[in-house]
Amino acid sequence: MNVMMLLEMASGAFPDRPAFTDGERGLTYTYSELFEAARLRAGSIRAQGASRMAKLDVSNLGTPLGLFASAWAGVPYVPLNYRLTNDEIAALLKRVTPAYLVTSSDRVDAFGALDDVHAVATDGFLDAARHVAPIDGEWAMDPDEVAVLLFTSGTTGEPKAAVLRHKHLVSYILSSVEFASAPEEDASLVCVPPYHIAGIAAIMSSVYSGRHVIQLPNFSAERWIELARRHKVTTAFVVPTMLARIVETLEAQGATNADMPDLNSLAYGGGKMPLSVIEKAMSLFPETDFSNAYGLTETSSTICVLGPEAHRDAVASTTEAGRRRLVSVGQALPGVEIEIRDDKGRVLGAGERGEIYVRGEQVSGEYEGKGSVVDADGWFPTRDAGSMDDEGFLFLEGRADDVIVRGGENLSPGEIEDVLLTHPDVADVAVVGVPDEQWGEAVAAAVVAKAGASIDVQVLKDLVKQELRSSRVPAYMDVWSELPYNETGKLLRRVVKASFEKTLA
Amino acid sequence: MPKLSTGGRFKSAVCAGEIMVVTASEDDVTLTCGGAEMVAPGSEVADDAQVHPDHAVGIAMGKRYITADETIEVLCVKAGDGSLAVNGQLLLQKDTKQLPKTD
Repeated sequence: MNVMMLLEMASGAFPDRPAFTDGERGLTYTYSELFEAARLRAGSIRAQGASRMAKLDVSNLGTPLGLFASAWAGVPYVPLNYRLTNDEIAALLKRVTPAYLVTSSDRVDAFGALDDVHAVATDGFLDAARHVAPIDGEWAMDPDEVAVLLFTSGTTGEPKAAVLRHKHLVSYILSSVEFASAPEEDASLVCVPPYHIAGIAAIMSSVYSGRHVIQLPNFSAERWIELARRHKVTTAFVVPTMLARIVETLEAQGATNADMPDLNSLAYGGGKMPLSVIEKAMSLFPETDFSNAYGLTETSSTICVLGPEAHRDAVASTTEAGRRRLVSVGQALPGVEIEIRDDKGRVLGAGERGEIYVRGEQVSGEYEGKGSVVDADGWFPTRDAGSMDDEGFLFLEGRADDVIVRGGENLSPGEIEDVLLTHPDVADVAVVGVPDEQWGEAVAAAVVAKAGASIDVQVLKDLVKQELRSSRVPAYMDVWSELPYNETGKLLRRVVKASFEKTLA
Repeated sequence: MPKLSTGGRFKSAVCAGEIMVVTASEDDVTLTCGGAEMVAPGSEVADDAQVHPDHAVGIAMGKRYITADETIEVLCVKAGDGSLAVNGQLLLQKDTKQLPKTD
């Protein structure tokens, strides 16, 4: 079992179909070209005696080539975040030596100088003439070999390296994608970072379904709209902040319709989608199917999907519970089980908030040097908090670590944020716990006003008191111009928390 | 044939078909394609090899095939004219639920 097998099948079934196109440079690999290119680069990686292949660059043809060539050579593929500082990158590289590093030409000298790092420029990696000896023989089929090491963006301490074995990635693809199911004219616009699990998943599922990928290396809403129209893109994945920008840009252009008749499917995930954004998007893209995907690095990407039908049902629903489904992440994929448990490990019932646990063949839950955190029965604690309704629709409530403990009572920031977001003057909100002498922790809220609106702090506090109870009322509430997010749309709660702690100290 | 192991690959001895084992059982089994025991990927196929008429529905690339008790599952990685069987019992084609595209 090896991810190379996915490419071998695609290359055998539709050799001349375009597989990947670099949306900036316009270069394309067909499926058979990618297969042969992987054979050649695998030879170079093995000849260097590398134990890992690292890639430190934006998305380009070297991204899928790196993944498959590593798999053929039998070394883990390690995509690194090119936005980190040089010191941070060097520290990560030292953990994966001896390494074959593919990076942008301006970084070759700096990182090639490190011990046991053989650095080549992306252009040189892509230039077939620089690779003289194709690998001899087939790839290993041992399902337990490591396919990918992904450094997670840890909030404290050293980043952890999540271990994804070939069995996890191949299981995910086999259970969620029908081979060769994409019509020949299908094209997918991929704009997620290549060092994100969604970027890895996009490569494999596009290859297995036979879809042409258009890569957008540096996201901007203008460029996304332009590429989607030019390449008649049929399917795309975005994080919530990207969709918000696309909606804003279309509205600023005075559009009432996105004018992308070919776009059949638009999926989103990676963070909480504001209700106002998804509602506007559904109105701008009336013919498009929307899906919301929830997954983690440690679960080989998607474990839950809210499909197009559920989106339309939620919008058309006349009940509050029905409409609320629009902010759910949907139901578990086939072969994936989900449970909500309390802090003593007891399984909770419908509607009760707790920690999300997941089990299935695609679940790794393992970190290099730290071993597996999966329990004896195969359950992985996600550290995400949430609840499930009576039909198995999952609702996310932030990270379990974000729970505020006030006077011995556990408060969910998500619950308080949901109430504040119902107020018409509120565009965005982050609720965090701050140290408090009397209560242990106190509730603090950073609130962003909608354009043209102003925030009345007392009105918002009263709203929380009325909808929830007095212990949930923020002791501190500040008005912010915007909230801090990372590039994949995750709210940086620790930044909000640090800001409150600084002003309160 | 010894026990199958996950990830193991076999080719048909009588047609172009090839498979990979997705789920293996603990038992010793005989895996056949076209009525003949499957062989290692690099093996030669005899020119006069023929698919048994009772095992001739064929297998399609990308389709998964399972035993009736679902203890053994294989993936067809190259199409062929022969049908798969374990201990003489034909395997069944497994349906993949068509999911919304998410990545």
